[in-house]
Amino acid sequence: MSKNKLFRRDVVKKLMTVRGDALCISGLGSPTWDLAAVDHRPENFYIWGGMGGAAPTGLGLALAQPDRTVWVLTGDGEQLMGVGSFSTIALQQPKNLAILVLDNEHYGETGMQAAPTGRGTDLAAMAAGAGIKNTMTVRDEAGLDELLSLLKQGRFPLVAVIKIDITTGETVMPPRDGKFVKNTFRSAVLGPDKALHPR
Amino acid sequence: MGGDWSAEAHSLFKQHGIGQVAYVPDAGLSGIIKASLADNDIQTVPLTTEEEGIAVAAGAWLGGQKCAVLMQSSGVGNTINMIASLTTTCAFPLFMIVTMRGDYGESNPWQMPMGRAVQPVLEAVGVRCLRADTAEGAAEAIQAGLMMSFHGGEAVAVLIGQKLIGAKAFSAPAAQDAAGFQS
Repeated sequence: MSKNKLFRRDVVKKLMTVRGDALCISGLGSPTWDLAAVDHRPENFYIWGGMGGAAPTGLGLALAQPDRTVWVLTGDGEQLMGVGSFSTIALQQPKNLAILVLDNEHYGETGMQAAPTGRGTDLAAMAAGAGIKNTMTVRDEAGLDELLSLLKQGRFPLVAVIKIDITTGETVMPPRDGKFVKNTFRSAVLGPDKALHPR
Repeated sequence: MGGDWSAEAHSLFKQHGIGQVAYVPDAGLSGIIKASLADNDIQTVPLTTEEEGIAVAAGAWLGGQKCAVLMQSSGVGNTINMIASLTTTCAFPLFMIVTMRGDYGESNPWQMPMGRAVQPVLEAVGVRCLRADTAEGAAEAIQAGLMMSFHGGEAVAVLIGQKLIGAKAFSAPAAQDAAGFQS
């Protein structure tokens, strides 16, 4: 691990200390393994595919559950594929949605190919340009503390891009059955009766 | 144009408790979009690309809300991986209204290939297609599709044909040159 960059697993551990009862959607690849390793619970919806879909899934959830906080934990490549969703989210200005991008400047799951985020593309600037009110790029522990403070205050909508090392943690896989994960999540959020007997 | 079925669609959305309407605009959808925007009980979510709508609908369902997704047929091409990977894998209910281009009476060749591909491509990723070419047929298909998706757990697309919404005219006036610019 290079000396100056944050380690993703430590970042996620620290983020989860201020999660409270926030609902969490994770984007495919390492963010899903990170969430499963650090804070596995029924209120996690782990995505294993649908690249580009984590943020808009978070938006639909945030609009449906305005009294709950929703976090989307994803990677830079995943977010770039769905970058238009910054505009879609900005239009709604949800007061309960945070997009947390773990940015290692690479496509990790496919063999660590370089991503545009390491060569000039600034995801936080793109979010700001789309009209997201609160945006920041975290590069060190001090920045991470600042982000924790924004999350605790609920300064939403928020897009935070967290620059991390390419080192990955141990692969911890959550259940891979999407129907099971969906029903578990819905039961936790809505209660089993409403989850299994929708009207 | 198609005003009757649009009003019927909005009233069916109300009966079925649709809480979110996500869309990329199309002329044939303007009636439903306008009615949704004017309705305080419906959250309207304009999209930059149709595949976002598939994810928004999944998120809405995770939070206990029903979301209808509206798009033109060309936009179906943008949704396929999101439907296959997210909707079909997790068996999310999905209700879409697709207004057709590249269909009955079309004169724009650029719309034809996707117009032909809509139904086979949707079916290949597990979406049931209900085709409607009359106002009565559209209202019936929307009612049927809402039942099949949010109660039957299916992914359903109601395809509104150009026989109902009309084909857009592309003939250039005589005063324009071959490129369509005013001379």
